[in-house]
Amino acid sequence: MAAAGRAILTTVRNTGRALLMLFEAFFHMRSMFGKRMRHEVMNQMYIAGIKSLGVITVVGMFTGMILALQTGLELRRFGLQQNIGTAVAVSMLREMGPFMTALIIAASVGSAIAAQMGTMVVAEEIAALEIMSINPVRFLVMPRLVALMVMMPLLTVYTNMVGIFGGAVIGTTQLEVTMTAYFDNARLYVVNKDLYVGLLKAMVFGIVITTVACHQGFATREGAVGVGQATRRTVIISFLTILILGYIITRMFYTL
Amino acid sequence: MIRFEQVHKKFGRRTVLDDVNFEIKKSEIFIIVGLSGAGKSVSLKHMVRLLSPDAGKVWVGDDVVSEATGTELERIRARFGYLFQSGALLQWMSAGENVGLPLREHTRMGDEEIDRIAREKLKLVHLEEAYDRAPADLSGGMRKRVSLARAIVRNPEIVLYDEPTSGLDPLTSRTIDKLILETRNQLGVTSIVVTHDLHSALSIGDTIAMLHEGRMVELATPKQFIASKHPVVRSFLESQYITTRGEWEGNATP
Repeated sequence: MAAAGRAILTTVRNTGRALLMLFEAFFHMRSMFGKRMRHEVMNQMYIAGIKSLGVITVVGMFTGMILALQTGLELRRFGLQQNIGTAVAVSMLREMGPFMTALIIAASVGSAIAAQMGTMVVAEEIAALEIMSINPVRFLVMPRLVALMVMMPLLTVYTNMVGIFGGAVIGTTQLEVTMTAYFDNARLYVVNKDLYVGLLKAMVFGIVITTVACHQGFATREGAVGVGQATRRTVIISFLTILILGYIITRMFYTL
Repeated sequence: MIRFEQVHKKFGRRTVLDDVNFEIKKSEIFIIVGLSGAGKSVSLKHMVRLLSPDAGKVWVGDDVVSEATGTELERIRARFGYLFQSGALLQWMSAGENVGLPLREHTRMGDEEIDRIAREKLKLVHLEEAYDRAPADLSGGMRKRVSLARAIVRNPEIVLYDEPTSGLDPLTSRTIDKLILETRNQLGVTSIVVTHDLHSALSIGDTIAMLHEGRMVELATPKQFIASKHPVVRSFLESQYITTRGEWEGNATP
């Protein structure tokens, strides 16, 4: 009982600290337009965005292909396979696009951020910044936060496009649906709201990944072992938070 | 310049600093020696409020650094340069960019002027040629020298050295010792050096303080330190083969 109480207290305390760090990073966003910070933000956008394109292409394409195949096989039993365009597009835009992108970015970029911050703590680089009166949140967290807030929606749009295209490939090659019919059908039932809610989720997930990764990295103790633990915790906490927040946002915008 | 007043610090149940009192004068080279875990680096970190005491006060000039926050703390920290044990250089920046970083962050100087000053400071530590090199491509001694150049780039009044010669060969260690002396002589800075290396301490120190189990057991000039009768000091001197006359007392014969 006491251990459970301690665990809850620790979780609440860590969440509070992470949120304070996030608010501080938002506060420092006013300095992102300076020449030196702008360069750093662009650099982080390149690392988070461009360098993730390869894996996102593969995951997005196969997500769309799996969706089309699973849905299409069932729809074909009722002669409704023409509707897979809608099924894939709606699933990708509302859920799978932001969700799959967030998981990839949490596992690749989030873990890398946590490892970098953790190593900097262990190597006393964060302490060195503090002594030089350079705020680590402004110098390190803010550019990563801006980069992921911008890149996550863009990457999600890309994942959606690749996924919908993957669905089209399965539709035309295995379900006897023409490319024109697939895209006409996709356009029929997809509404702007699907895209906007998906992009909102993507931005929120970007904030979650940066906050969790930086907070876990800064909280690193005990050398190399601590860096490994921070990285592992970042991936686990990010995944769980993304799932829970994904549900909450869906529930907010899509009522039964 | 810096004053510790009845400073206490505990980590969990372990007492790291126990009623520590001392004063460091302007332009002095003040050495803190002691065994591992004696509280040397912890004392250093209290001077820039990387750590805060559980009780007592740490003064820097007329300011109580142990109670300072926000802009006041920034102002006090601007008086310091800090050479970390590991160098603590940012790995994704070149040596020159590391040295120029405090100027980039805190002044309106243009890139050319920052580059010029960074090169000047690297020249001071005899490392002009390392300007474009990444920290990972530098040896341990070179990293510490770059870190020293960064520590003095804003012309601080006080430079803190955390184990500046640890992990270095004897020749490089003496080079670092010379740099500490040169920095004091050329820039007039107050220097506080934490070290295990008694040879270095005796060569460059004006005052030597010895911490043992969180308490200050000796505070003396190098000559007085060598002659100290305190058993902990004697055992520390003997562990490095130093006699009461300050001579080396090993088995080897010339």
